[in-house]
Amino acid sequence: MRTPLSLAALLAALLVAGPLMPSWLVFLLTVAFAKGLVVLGLLVMMRAGLVSFGQGLYYGLGAYAAGLATNLLGVTDAIALVALGGVVSAASGYVLGFVMARYREIFFAMLSLALSMILYGILVRSAALGSTDGFNLPPPSFFGFAFDGQTSRLLVYALTTVVAIGSAMALHRFINSPAGVIGEAILTNEIRVEYLGTSVTGVLHLTYVIGATTAGVGGALIAIAAGHIDPDLAYWTTSGEFVFVAILSGIGHVAAPLLGTAVFEAVRSFAFQYSPYTWQMVVGISMLAVILFLPAGLWSLFARRYRAGGAA
Amino acid sequence: MNAPLIAARGLCKRFGAVVAADNVTVEIAPGETVGIIGANGAGKTTFVNMVTGYLKPDEGVILFRGAEITRMPPREVTRLGIRRSFQVAQLFPNLSVRDNVLVALACTEQTRPTPTAILRTSARLAKANEILARIGVDGLADRPTPELSQGQRKLLDIALAMVGRSSVLLLDEPTSGISAQEKLPLMDLVMEAVAAESAAVLFVEHDMEVIERYAPRVIAFYEGRVIADGTPLAVLADSDVKRYVVGAELHRRAEGVRA
Repeated sequence: MRTPLSLAALLAALLVAGPLMPSWLVFLLTVAFAKGLVVLGLLVMMRAGLVSFGQGLYYGLGAYAAGLATNLLGVTDAIALVALGGVVSAASGYVLGFVMARYREIFFAMLSLALSMILYGILVRSAALGSTDGFNLPPPSFFGFAFDGQTSRLLVYALTTVVAIGSAMALHRFINSPAGVIGEAILTNEIRVEYLGTSVTGVLHLTYVIGATTAGVGGALIAIAAGHIDPDLAYWTTSGEFVFVAILSGIGHVAAPLLGTAVFEAVRSFAFQYSPYTWQMVVGISMLAVILFLPAGLWSLFARRYRAGGAA
Repeated sequence: MNAPLIAARGLCKRFGAVVAADNVTVEIAPGETVGIIGANGAGKTTFVNMVTGYLKPDEGVILFRGAEITRMPPREVTRLGIRRSFQVAQLFPNLSVRDNVLVALACTEQTRPTPTAILRTSARLAKANEILARIGVDGLADRPTPELSQGQRKLLDIALAMVGRSSVLLLDEPTSGISAQEKLPLMDLVMEAVAAESAAVLFVEHDMEVIERYAPRVIAFYEGRVIADGTPLAVLADSDVKRYVVGAELHRRAEGVRA
């Protein structure tokens, strides 16, 4: 019970703190939590051994689904757009999952990367979708009301925070469910799982769809928050960044991706501001430091304290 | 004799030039205990692998209660109540000992594992703890499985197979790699649990003492063929068995002593 309660407390604190924060921080956290959703999905997949270098596929699909629904159908309700992004990605993940759940390790990683690059290729060549420039979205509405700039940004922040922490709670339940723990078991011994009467492919398929769904929701949120989408959302470096952050965060706890993306976005923003020509190096050195000193990711800082507290 | 629980008829399996099963026909009655002997490479594990769906025979059929199961995948064979353990214990080394049992419980209870309920319910925990206590590893329940001894790992492997109700249990060398003084207690424990479920047991075994003690019926394999099938007394007295199985076994031990 401790994790759901802590997450609920964190959510309440973030919502209360929102109006008091400077607008750059509100935006930084909105972006961090939207991306954090993608990393959350990756956490669930990585626990079952599926390291996807192509989450950009679902991130891009979610964003474009939200963008096209806005520009072609005139849907501006933020909640509807986020739900749509999730549904489109979940449905695509379900179909592709029949193929993907049969692959493992480097084959899974490369195939997921290839699929995301197919979407990237299609987007880049579609003049109707703005090609490499992408297109802009008008500001979202909430329950039929449009708000001015600052209020609207705060509402998008609140929506992103609620969805991200709500998903973390749901996925905390998932990783402690039979399907979640069997996923971990599959990581080390697929044959034994089959010989206990359970379909390995079925569990991995479900896990894959979860990863696709959170990535799609994250993509829709980033489209709404940034007001602009382009094919880079589906590009392989975007997918690589998610894996990078997942490793940086650690996959031991559902709060880790949210913390990890917030730290990553902060490091990147400050590095970009103070050393615009060498910011990648700063990010890279931070990653090296984490691998050297915290091999289980940033979350191990907290995990260690919990354990020490438990022993005392 | 009752209608057979398992009937394997004319099973053939080749791996390139190696004939691992050559017209193998075996029937197992409900509740029967059968020991399988044979030198290394005689086709014992291949037979177990075919019955449990891991290998598809090139020819022949396998019937379970009269229905064909020849090409079923392992998970479906398992759900029918044909469960197995492995020569090398097949555990989940990234999970705790208790979680290994909990996973087995969840897999057995649900055809499709639920994504929204909690695995570690008090009912499942109680059941898991009871199983761990019965095999004497309850003190190590929270440790990862690589910290168990070889014998404990074998026991846990068999316990995982026996978590669900089984009609037939196939044990692939349950006592291999286990110290001499641990063998009989292990077999006692297993046979007692099997008797409680009135399941049939098929166990592959190299130790003739274990065979004579626990198997009222023995099947001897040699080069993919069944060369003898009967009481231990009759089978072990068979001239072919003496030459190809028991002799090979003594040779194996002598090699072991020399090495």
